[in-house]
Amino acid sequence: MDKQETHTTGISQSDRIPADLLFRIDEAVTHYPISKRSASLPLLHLWQNHFGFIDDSAVNWISKRLDLEPINILELVTFYPWFRQQPAGKVCIRVCRTLSCALAGGFEVRDAFCTAAGINPNAEMHGHTPPVSADGKFSVEFVECLASCGSGPVALINDDLVEDITPEGAAGILSQYH
Amino acid sequence: MKSLLLPPHPKERRIVFKNAWTQGYTPDIECYLKDGGYEELRKALAMKPAEIIDEVKKSNLRGRGGAAFPCGVKWGFIRHDDGKPHYITCNGDESEPGTFKDRYILNNDPHQLIEGMAIAAFALNVHLAYIYIRCEFTKSAGIVTKAIEEAKAKGFLGKNILGTGFDLEIYVHQGAGAYICGEETSLIESIEGKRPYPRIKPPYFPAVLGLYMSPTIVNNVETLCHVKQIFKLGSEEYSKMGTPGDGGTRVMCVSGDVMRPGPYEIPVGGVTLGELINDVCGGMKPGRKLKAIIPGGSSSKVMRAGEVYKMKVKGPDGEMIEKDVPLLDITMDAASLAAAGTMIGSAGVIVMDDSRSMLWALNNLNTFYAHESCGQCTPCREGVLWIDKMTTRMVNGEGIAQDPITLKNVADNIAGRTVCAFGEAASWPVQSFLEKFPEEFAVGAK
Ligand SMILES: Cc1cc2nc3c(=O)[nH]c(=O)nc-3n(C[C@H](O)[C@H](O)[C@H](O)COP(=O)(O)O)c2cc1C
Ligand code: FES
Repeated sequence: MDKQETHTTGISQSDRIPADLLFRIDEAVTHYPISKRSASLPLLHLWQNHFGFIDDSAVNWISKRLDLEPINILELVTFYPWFRQQPAGKVCIRVCRTLSCALAGGFEVRDAFCTAAGINPNAEMHGHTPPVSADGKFSVEFVECLASCGSGPVALINDDLVEDITPEGAAGILSQYH
Repeated sequence: MKSLLLPPHPKERRIVFKNAWTQGYTPDIECYLKDGGYEELRKALAMKPAEIIDEVKKSNLRGRGGAAFPCGVKWGFIRHDDGKPHYITCNGDESEPGTFKDRYILNNDPHQLIEGMAIAAFALNVHLAYIYIRCEFTKSAGIVTKAIEEAKAKGFLGKNILGTGFDLEIYVHQGAGAYICGEETSLIESIEGKRPYPRIKPPYFPAVLGLYMSPTIVNNVETLCHVKQIFKLGSEEYSKMGTPGDGGTRVMCVSGDVMRPGPYEIPVGGVTLGELINDVCGGMKPGRKLKAIIPGGSSSKVMRAGEVYKMKVKGPDGEMIEKDVPLLDITMDAASLAAAGTMIGSAGVIVMDDSRSMLWALNNLNTFYAHESCGQCTPCREGVLWIDKMTTRMVNGEGIAQDPITLKNVADNIAGRTVCAFGEAASWPVQSFLEKFPEEFAVGAK
C-alpha cells in the first residue's frame, strides 16, 4: 500500500493508475454479473487502498468505468464513513468510541494516542477527515463499535485490530508502526 | 479475546464455535475437511429442497442477526420454481454495539459458513450469493475469499457441485463503515452500489423484492453456520438444545463490567442472566454491584438491577400463568426477554455496575445513533441529533428541567415513524433509560 504518495504531486490519481490496480478493478467487476453498478463500493475500496484517498478524478474515472454519473459515486464517498477525500496519516488509528469500549477506558486511550502522536485531542475526530500529525505520520479518529466489545478498549491501527489497550500502553503500540 | 482461550464453561456448548478456538485449527480447507467438513452439504444435495427447508423449520432455528425470525419460515417464503433468479446475501456487517461473534467465524472457520450457505442455496434455488462483510474486519474479506477459492477447487462451489449439476458462485462484498448496512434492505441497496437507504416494507420484503428486485434471503453469519449444524446433528437433536420454538445454541456476547467478558455459545434458554453474569463471566468486578443490563445489543431496552418482571409462563398443568420473575432469573431466549419487555436482539449483553452514570451511558449510545442515522427519514435524521445534543448538555451539567420530558417526546416521535427499525433502535434506549432510571435524569437536568 503506497498511501500518501499522491497529494503532493498534484497529478490526478486517474492519470496514475498502475496496471495491477486496473487488473484488480477488472476482476472485481466480474463479481457482479447482474449489475456493474454493484461494483462501485469494491472499486472505491481498491482505489482508496492504493491511493490513500479518493480525489475528484477518481469519482469521474470510476463512474465512467461503471457507466454511471459522477454523482452516483460521489454520493457513496460522502455517505460511507470509511471513504476519504483527503489523506489520513500513514499510520491510521481508529479508536472505538462506543459504550463497551468507553466503559473500559476508550476515551482515555484515544487521548493517549493523541498525545503519543502529537495530535490535539480536542480536534473533531468523528468525521471523514481525521486530524493528522504535522509530519503526516499519524491520524487519530473515533469510530463506532468495531465488534470486539469483549476485549475493549480496541483500536484498528491500519489493518491490525489491537485489543485491551491501556493509556499507558498507547505510546508503545505506536512505536511499532514507525 | 482472552476468554476464548479458556476451556469452555460447563454451561457452554460449542458447536458453531467448536473449531474457531481449537489449538492448531486454521481457516484452511484441510482442517475443515479433517473435521468432517462438507459432509452435510453432501447429505443435503441428496435431499429434495423442500425436505431441507422442512428440516430447518423443525429445528426451530431463529435468526441470530437481531429479529429472531424463524429461519425455516423465512425460507418458506421463496417459491422454488417461480422462474425468477433468487439470491442469498449473508449478513456479516456485525455492527450492533455489544455484538462480537461473527468476526470469529469469518476469521477462524469460514468454511462452516460457506457450507451452510451452500446448503441454503441448494434449498432455495440460488446460484449467486454474496457475503457482506464490514470493511473494518480488514482481514476477513481475504480469509473468506481464499476459503471460497479452496471450496471451488474441491468442487463444493462453482459449476456442477459434487457432480449434481447444481451451480453456485459466492462473492465477498465489503461494507464501508456504515452501521445501517446491517439492516437487511439497506444491505441490499449497498450491494446494488447505491446509497444504502433502507427500503420500505411492504412491498420490499427481501423474500419478494430483494437484491435486483428478485426474491432474496438475508441471513446472519451465525444463522447460516447453524444450518450446517442442523444437518450434522439432525433437526430433532438440534432443536432439543433450545426452548420450544427457539432451537439450538447461540453465541451470547458479554461485555462491560464483568470479570470475564467474551462470546459464550450456550443452548438457547440454557442460562439465566444471573448465571451468565455470575458463573460464566465470573461475576462483577471486585467490590462492585450490578446496576444495569442491556441484554440484546445497544438497541434493546435496558433492564435495572433488582427489577421483578411479571411474565406469562407455562404452569405445571400447561396453562399460561402470570409469575413474578426477578431480573437475574430471566433466561436468555427470545420469548423470555420479549416477555420482560425487551429483546434478545443480537444477544450482545452489556453489563454496567454501580459506578456508572446511566445518563453518561445513554449519551454514549445517543452519539452512536446520531452518527449512524442514514438520514433518509426526517423524524430519525433530525430526532437523533437532538437527542444526542440534549444528553450531551445534560452530561455537561447544562441540562434544563424540561430535558427528560423533551427527550422522551422526541424518542416517542421517532419510533414507528421511519422506513426501517433504526428508528426504534435509536428510541428504545432513550425511552427505557428514562423509564428505568428517572432519578439520574432528573439530577442531570437540575
Ligand atoms: C438498524 C439495524 C441494524 C442491523 N444490523 C445487523 C447486523 O449488523 N448484523 C445482522 O446480522 N443483522 C442486523 N440487523 C438485522 C437484519 O435486518 C436482519 O434481520 C438479519 O440480518 C436477518 O438474518 P437472520 O434472520 O439470520 O437473523 C439489523 C437490523 C437493523 C434494523
Ligand atoms: S464497543 Fe468497542 S468494539 Fe464494540
